[in-house]
Amino acid sequence: MPKSGAQIFVESLIEQGVDTIFGYPGGAVLPIYDALYDAKIRHILTRHEQGAAHAADGYARASGRPGVCLATSGPGATNLVTGITNAYMDSVPLVAFTGQVVTSQLGKDSFQEADITGITLPVTKHNYLVKDVRDLARIIREAFYIATTGRPGPVLVDIPRDVSAGLTEYEDPGPVNLPGYKPVMDPSPARVEEAARVILAAERPVIYAGGGVVNSGAHDELRRFAELILAPVATTLMGLSGFPGDHPLSLGMLGMHGSKYANYAVCECDLLIAVGVRFDDRVTGKLDSFAKNAKVIHIDIDPAEIGKNVRVDIPIVGDVKRSLTALCERLKAKLPGAWQEKIQMWKKEYPLTFEENGRLKPQQVIREIYKATKGEARIATDVGQHQMWTAQYYTFTRPRSFISSGGLGTMGFGLPAAIGVQVACPDEVVFSISGDGSIQMNIQEMATAVNYDLPVKIAVMDNGYLGMVRQWQELFYNRRYSYTELRNPDFVKLAEAYGAVGMRVARPEEVAPALKEALAVPRPVMIDFVIEREENVLPMVPPGESLDKMLG
Amino acid sequence: MRHTLAVLVENNPGVLARVAGLFSRRGFNIDSLAVGRTENPAVSRMTIVVEGDDRTLEQVTKQLHKLIDVIKIQDVTVDEYVDRELVLIKVNAEPSQRGEIVQIADIFRARIVDLGRRTLTLECTGNEGKIRAFEESLRPYGIKELVRTGKIAMLRGSRYTGVNGKEDE
Repeated sequence: MPKSGAQIFVESLIEQGVDTIFGYPGGAVLPIYDALYDAKIRHILTRHEQGAAHAADGYARASGRPGVCLATSGPGATNLVTGITNAYMDSVPLVAFTGQVVTSQLGKDSFQEADITGITLPVTKHNYLVKDVRDLARIIREAFYIATTGRPGPVLVDIPRDVSAGLTEYEDPGPVNLPGYKPVMDPSPARVEEAARVILAAERPVIYAGGGVVNSGAHDELRRFAELILAPVATTLMGLSGFPGDHPLSLGMLGMHGSKYANYAVCECDLLIAVGVRFDDRVTGKLDSFAKNAKVIHIDIDPAEIGKNVRVDIPIVGDVKRSLTALCERLKAKLPGAWQEKIQMWKKEYPLTFEENGRLKPQQVIREIYKATKGEARIATDVGQHQMWTAQYYTFTRPRSFISSGGLGTMGFGLPAAIGVQVACPDEVVFSISGDGSIQMNIQEMATAVNYDLPVKIAVMDNGYLGMVRQWQELFYNRRYSYTELRNPDFVKLAEAYGAVGMRVARPEEVAPALKEALAVPRPVMIDFVIEREENVLPMVPPGESLDKMLG
Repeated sequence: MRHTLAVLVENNPGVLARVAGLFSRRGFNIDSLAVGRTENPAVSRMTIVVEGDDRTLEQVTKQLHKLIDVIKIQDVTVDEYVDRELVLIKVNAEPSQRGEIVQIADIFRARIVDLGRRTLTLECTGNEGKIRAFEESLRPYGIKELVRTGKIAMLRGSRYTGVNGKEDE
């Protein structure tokens, strides 16, 4: 019996184990939406396509399974672009489906036509325009395979309306066969051997761990590895939940807003073991002085990351989990020495602190959220000061518990991502920590949270400024606060208008009771935390400076 | 240094845009690029001449490998290879000058492929040096139009750049 493209779409998704998709209907996806009407797939209707892309992204980051979003042609598709780029920069497995005008109208500037495969060429791992319904099943199978294997990333599949409406005799496309795509999983034994020798000889090793650890599910292996060689672990923003923040070997985050002890350790190490990282400029500061006396071992699944920004002494191309396992087999336990003592001394001497002056401090709010959730919540953030405070003051101990936009730095990511996280983890406490600027970039998703009874707790660090930009203006532009002051709506009334619970907290002693109350309500809650207006994120490495030149 | 890369790609729509887009967004410079089908209709071969030091070339190669449609890349410059380019030149040729131009064509083993009232169109094949010398020789007559295919290249001997990654027979 012939099947329509839309039926093949639904069946292919079910075959891939997809239980939920995030989307927004429109003309070019009508056949697909018709098939979804009675399909065994949950569809979450967001209020903007960007929200759908971020929600699918959050779902993927929290669950480790691919996130799926769906939008119509033209503006629907272009609204996904920020979300796709965000997933690309942070290596998130995302499969984005877009409707397209009928094939005979392609290239004619038709109504709601946009060349979305052309537009997303540089921000997808791969993309497809399906011109024949007979190719659809194969392409969907390939799309999921590409998105989830090797270095994960977004794949876009553009489906013209006549393809989704078209009929074909369905034939199973068989296993994926891509001659140009063979990710290397197993590390070269010779390189591992060489790395083990260098590790055993090192006196001052530091592990610099990133998103690759989380992506490959290597948190246990990383801990074993670090404990074996007694190397302190500094993580990137993306790697924060990949190593327990309360572990004695944890240095927290390194880089521009990293802890002093993490940055000092990296500056003075004689061996830097980089694990699933890409030497981003926000991490390294001035490249010439980054770990300048150290040998560098770089483990990554993407060969193109090795040697891209810094010279590497020992490259190990492979899956992080397998590489660390192979390394551990060749290492023996080290004993603590002067280096470990020095690290402890730095930790005592330069702890992360903030001044408590009786006014409401954002750092205190984050600590209180940590206490109220016993450190077990999944936290999504937006981008800016609140994001850095969350990274610094919420101690993450569990993989995939910190969901944040790293590479692209997308304001507006937090709320829709938290929605995706809550969908993936219905029984867990999910927070969206945001700023008064960021939250307004996708505020419409409040309606989605209420619509689907997703009890996301939204904490707005409200200082009436685009805080991070204001901080840079204060430090580097002579306090000329050019267009960074915000006149905001009443967030409590706004929450109530959406059908959520709205609360306001302006004094330190109100924080804990408010959080308790919010956690007791099984509904979306937005808490407007009116924080000290000109609080800065410290320490801070000024842009382009060496990591040991920290302010604060 | 200039490197000549032989790149085998799946003959999918958009593959040229993917490769060209990669070079422009990563800031790599292409000197020339030639594309055509191979003995296997599902596979096309690009010959890309790229300028850069070893580190740049390493990045070019690795980034190209990340494209799903790219099957195989070989830097033929590191080995013995044959390279050729074809040029068509339309040059001013008053009847009185035709003899001289025909002589020049003979020297370069070029062929005259068309004749106008006051022009000659010549075709010449060779490596880059020869093409340059040929162009210089014709310049004094006034070149009206010039088109080059871009370089194509192949390893010498029995070795080859194949889809299965085998370089030796």
